[in-house]
Amino acid sequence: MNQRLQTRRLLIVEDEPGDARLMQLAIVRNGFATEMSSAADGREAMRCLRREGARWAGAVHPDLILLDLKMPGQGGLEFLAAIKQDETLRAIPVVVVTTSLLEADVRRAYELGAAGYVQKPADLREFIATVRILGEYWFKLVRLPQNGE
Amino acid sequence: MTGVASPLRILLVEDDAADAHLVRLAMAETRINATLEHVVDGREALEYLRRETDRFKEALRPDLILLDLNMPRLDGREFLVAVKADVALRAIPVVVLSTSDVERDVRGAYRLGAAGYVAKPLDVSEFIAEIRQLGEYWTSLVRLPERR
Repeated sequence: MNQRLQTRRLLIVEDEPGDARLMQLAIVRNGFATEMSSAADGREAMRCLRREGARWAGAVHPDLILLDLKMPGQGGLEFLAAIKQDETLRAIPVVVVTTSLLEADVRRAYELGAAGYVQKPADLREFIATVRILGEYWFKLVRLPQNGE
Repeated sequence: MTGVASPLRILLVEDDAADAHLVRLAMAETRINATLEHVVDGREALEYLRRETDRFKEALRPDLILLDLNMPRLDGREFLVAVKADVALRAIPVVVLSTSDVERDVRGAYRLGAAGYVAKPLDVSEFIAEIRQLGEYWTSLVRLPERR
C-alpha cells in the first residue's frame, strides 16, 4: 500500500505517563510517526498547538492527534470542541483513545468531530496491537493533510 | 472489541458504477461483517438518510458513510457540510473515497469533518486491499455510536 515519504507527526494527549510511553513505544516500533509530542492534558495540548510558552515555541502542527478523554484540567471533550472550532486547527484529525465506553462519551465525541473512538485495552499486548492498527489506518492507508511548514 | 455485534451498516455514496461495484466486490471477498447500501450522489444520500422519498421509507441509518467527492447534483463536499450541520446525522463518521489526491481536497474534507480520506488507487487489487483494510478498521477496532 502507498507508503508515503513524508514527515508524519503525532501528538498524544494523555495524562497517564505510562500509557503515553506505551503508545510512543508501539508507534516507534512500527515506524509510523517520525515525530511525536505528548501533552498531559487539553490545556497543555492547546499550548503546544498554538506554540505558547518556551516549551512549545518550536512545536510543529501534528498530522494526527490521539486523545484520552479522562484527564484532569481541561477534559478531552472540551479540547476536542476547542480544536474543531479553531479555523487553523480543525483539519487535524483527532482520534479518541480512552478507557471510557460510556455511550454518551462515544456519541458526544463524534458529534464534536472526532475521527474515531477506540477503546484503550487494559491488556498490554492488546494495547500495542490497537496502536498498531491505528497507525496502519492513519499513517499508511489514509491520506492526511500536510500540516508541516 | 466493537459494541455493534450485528453487521456494520455502510452507506456508499458513489456515482461511478464501476467503483461502486469494486467496493461491493471487496466487501464480499473479505470476511468483513458489513452490509452495503449504495446511492449515486449527495442528494440521493440525504434522501436516504432522511427517508424523504418513498423509495427510502424503510432505509436503515448507516453506521459509516463512504463518500466520493466528485458527483453530479450534490457533490461530496456539499453533502459533508449538510451531514455535519444536521444534529440528527452529524455523529455518523464519513470517510472520503476519492481519485483526487490534491492537497486542497484532502485538507478541505478534514476541515468539513471527514473521518478519513482514502485516495482510490488505479490498480484494482490495490483498491480492493484498501477497502478491506478500511472495513477491518471500522468493524473491528473502532467504537461507533449505538443505534437508536
